[in-house]
Amino acid sequence: MPKVDPTKHILVPKHSKLSEAEQKKLFDKHNINFNDLPIILASDPAITHLKLVKGDVVKIDRDSPTAGKSEYFRGVQ
Amino acid sequence: MVEQQYVFREVKSIIFGMLSPKMIKQMSSIKVVTPELYDKEGYPVDGGLMDIRMGVIDPAIKCKTCGSKLKECTGHFGHIELARPIMHIKYAPLILNILRSICNECTKPMVEASKLKNIITSIEEGDEETTTTGRTKRTKGLVDGMKSTTKCPHCNAKQEKITIEKPTTYFEGEKRLSPIEIRTRLEKISDDDIQLFGLNPEHARPEWMILTLLAIPPVTMRPSITLESGERSEDDLTHKLGDIVRINQRLFENINAGAPEIIVEDLWDLLQYHVTTFFDNAVPQLPPARHRSGQPLKTITERIKSKEGRIRHNLAGKRTNFSARTVISPDPMLEIYEVGVPLITAMKLTVPEKITEWNIKHVKEYVKNGPKEYPGANYIIRPDEKKKKITDETKEQLLEEIEPGYSVERHLLDGDIALFNRQPSLHRMSMMCHRVRVLPGKTLRLNPAVCAPYNADFDGDEMNLHIPQTEEARAEAEILMQVQTQLISPRYGLSIIGCNQDALSGNYLLTSQLEFSHKEASDILYNIGVDDFSRLPKKDIVTGKELISCLFEKDFNFTGKSRDGNEVIIKNGKLIKGILDKANLGEGSGLLLRMLIKKYGEDKTILTLGQLYRLGIEILLRKGFTIGLADTDLPQKAEEEISQILAQAQVDSKDFIKKFHEGTLEVLPGKTAMETLELRILELLNKARDNTGRVVAQNANQTSPSMVMVKSGARGNIINLAQMAACVGQQALSGGRIGKGYKNRTLSHFKENDLTPDARGFIKNNFKKGLAPAEFFFGAMTGRDSLMDTALRTPKSGYLYRRLANALQDLKVNYDHTVRDANNKIVQFKYGGDGVDVSKSEGGVINVDEIIKSTQ
Repeated sequence: MPKVDPTKHILVPKHSKLSEAEQKKLFDKHNINFNDLPIILASDPAITHLKLVKGDVVKIDRDSPTAGKSEYFRGVQ
Repeated sequence: MVEQQYVFREVKSIIFGMLSPKMIKQMSSIKVVTPELYDKEGYPVDGGLMDIRMGVIDPAIKCKTCGSKLKECTGHFGHIELARPIMHIKYAPLILNILRSICNECTKPMVEASKLKNIITSIEEGDEETTTTGRTKRTKGLVDGMKSTTKCPHCNAKQEKITIEKPTTYFEGEKRLSPIEIRTRLEKISDDDIQLFGLNPEHARPEWMILTLLAIPPVTMRPSITLESGERSEDDLTHKLGDIVRINQRLFENINAGAPEIIVEDLWDLLQYHVTTFFDNAVPQLPPARHRSGQPLKTITERIKSKEGRIRHNLAGKRTNFSARTVISPDPMLEIYEVGVPLITAMKLTVPEKITEWNIKHVKEYVKNGPKEYPGANYIIRPDEKKKKITDETKEQLLEEIEPGYSVERHLLDGDIALFNRQPSLHRMSMMCHRVRVLPGKTLRLNPAVCAPYNADFDGDEMNLHIPQTEEARAEAEILMQVQTQLISPRYGLSIIGCNQDALSGNYLLTSQLEFSHKEASDILYNIGVDDFSRLPKKDIVTGKELISCLFEKDFNFTGKSRDGNEVIIKNGKLIKGILDKANLGEGSGLLLRMLIKKYGEDKTILTLGQLYRLGIEILLRKGFTIGLADTDLPQKAEEEISQILAQAQVDSKDFIKKFHEGTLEVLPGKTAMETLELRILELLNKARDNTGRVVAQNANQTSPSMVMVKSGARGNIINLAQMAACVGQQALSGGRIGKGYKNRTLSHFKENDLTPDARGFIKNNFKKGLAPAEFFFGAMTGRDSLMDTALRTPKSGYLYRRLANALQDLKVNYDHTVRDANNKIVQFKYGGDGVDVSKSEGGVINVDEIIKSTQ
């Protein structure tokens, strides 16, 4: 079997790492801390190429039939 | 009035723990020593299970512990001293985990001493995670690690595997561990080590999981009932406790008398059984304890658990007064926001009316009428909240007595507020606030336009009515739940209340073809509740479009499409072009109703909607409307065309079958030849059926009532009509043609492996012509199948919905547009991804052009 790159798949939205400053902005905006975020595993196939560690925040840009583009955030566990 | 005093206390935290033997003794008011309940006079025995020191259930006796009477005394616990320690069934899995995790020799948890500190801090960190899983998850991982250790890191003792023989017997290798041994092991674990298991040593020492004292619940939670025959019948819990006390006494006696160990152990096991079933009578490995009649006892766990248990039955679900339930029936002459209440229920349901100087005169009239004459009253309430029933005897005296400050529970009157509900209450529109309209008859009446939100029909449906009793409840119902406020569904942002059934047929006819004399038009308007005829054109003949225009405001503008795709234009409140059908008047479709609501408000719209509804029905009443056999008549040419289509389908399918047998059929990728054939034939026959449908649609009498219903969207579709006039079509079972029945054939009058349409459930006849016997049988097959399907699907989807609702119930949109759960954890960062409130948009979309237009 050839190795499949899941990030190239049509159904996998773009995942990217949030910088320190962006992280702080997000936390301040919603008055939350890291533990309030939805989680994603560091081993998740969609983000393994980013080489993230626990405590990082991932930004997901999703396409939605109703909302057009939307942003979502997950904390790496 | 009596000044009410409130005590405010904030709950900071709740600690769940176990009862220690010390605490049991402390809270116990009595030690139970005898299984006897009553003496010869029927008086509770001292030291028995019904001892009056544990609370009173007899109104004549005072509690010996607190001195209060029945209902004031909530009861007091007692206790039994168990002759030997007994396992607590509910803690059996936890005890097993602990036993496996500690060393069998030195009873220390099997982790290296150096790591201990790190582990404890890590467990405490778990508390910082907002969900409750933090600590539990960590301890679980730790325990799993310790369980698999085979050698103690402290004393190097080899570990014999500890097994459990359910429910409550433990073995170390081959040797049985008695509860005494287990208890001594658990006692030896130090307070610090206990934290490894997620326990707080102050509130839950592990040895407390093995009972030495058993708390006896107060008599008030297991009252005995006196039967009509004067016989006393005890509660299930009392029965069970009786068994426990009896066996416990026997065990004591045997031990003291120095009986052989076997007898003692048998009794011990028996006591264990009784205590286990006292806590839970549905343990899989144990036979349930039964009454003499054979029905299982309801003990503590059964009291709490499942649908009939305390939580779902008594705490989450409550019974209510001031409510009514009967069959519903339609009444389009009611306004949409009204509910028709039968006179007899209106005289039973009441509203408390506070007497003031200003209303005392007419409230006295209610009292004068009493409970038996209609606008009357049933009770008066004195300022000290004492209720007095109004009867013929007390009436005179009560009339004298009442003055401002009293309340009178008067009968329901027109315009009172009521909550109306139909189960299953799947969305918020399943319970709406209506205005009462007292009517003769015995059913609750509602405008058929509100059938859609309730999902009600009149084939015997029943609905509930509730009368709010306080000013606050009434205000809340009126502001939040009135039908007007529920017009626009939060699901798709369109009106879920609209015209249906006859109202659609009527308005379709009205706007497409009808004309009336000026006189008749005025009469119609008057009958539907419009008394302003000034909008009616002053000419002899009034068209239907002009008539319906009278219901719109003068400045109303609208453009839309009707069902057939033609334009509908309303300009300056006049319907200029187009037919009003389901696409514009119907429930959950079109923007006409939405525009009305947006421009003129809900209160105005609901009145207009009621008028539109009644107009449609009034038209049918005057014109007459009924379907008949003639509606399915087709011209000779059309009949021929239909038989031509069906014959061609026969030929084509035979062609496929021939190709299949020859092996020349082009096989679809991923399918076998057989599957391809089936697919092809099904496709072919469905196309043939659709084609006959098209012929019917084109050739049937376009003005027949059946056709009017189809075209207006009131009921039925063209396929239904085609099934009556042309061809019923292929009957399908689980996605394919019918193949079940005999060996390689559907019925015994076909040849084996006959793949022709006729032999596999294609009905080429129509309902008018009549079905052939085999065809009828195929129809019955699919009919039964769909009946079964709905009957089996309903409970399944109901349970699915319950789980979904419970999972989502406390999600809410916060001020920063995030959706969060009860733990304040984020579920969505922006509600729906775009933060749009569907009910304030047009089908989930914000129409920017429209907004710009409206501001210009």
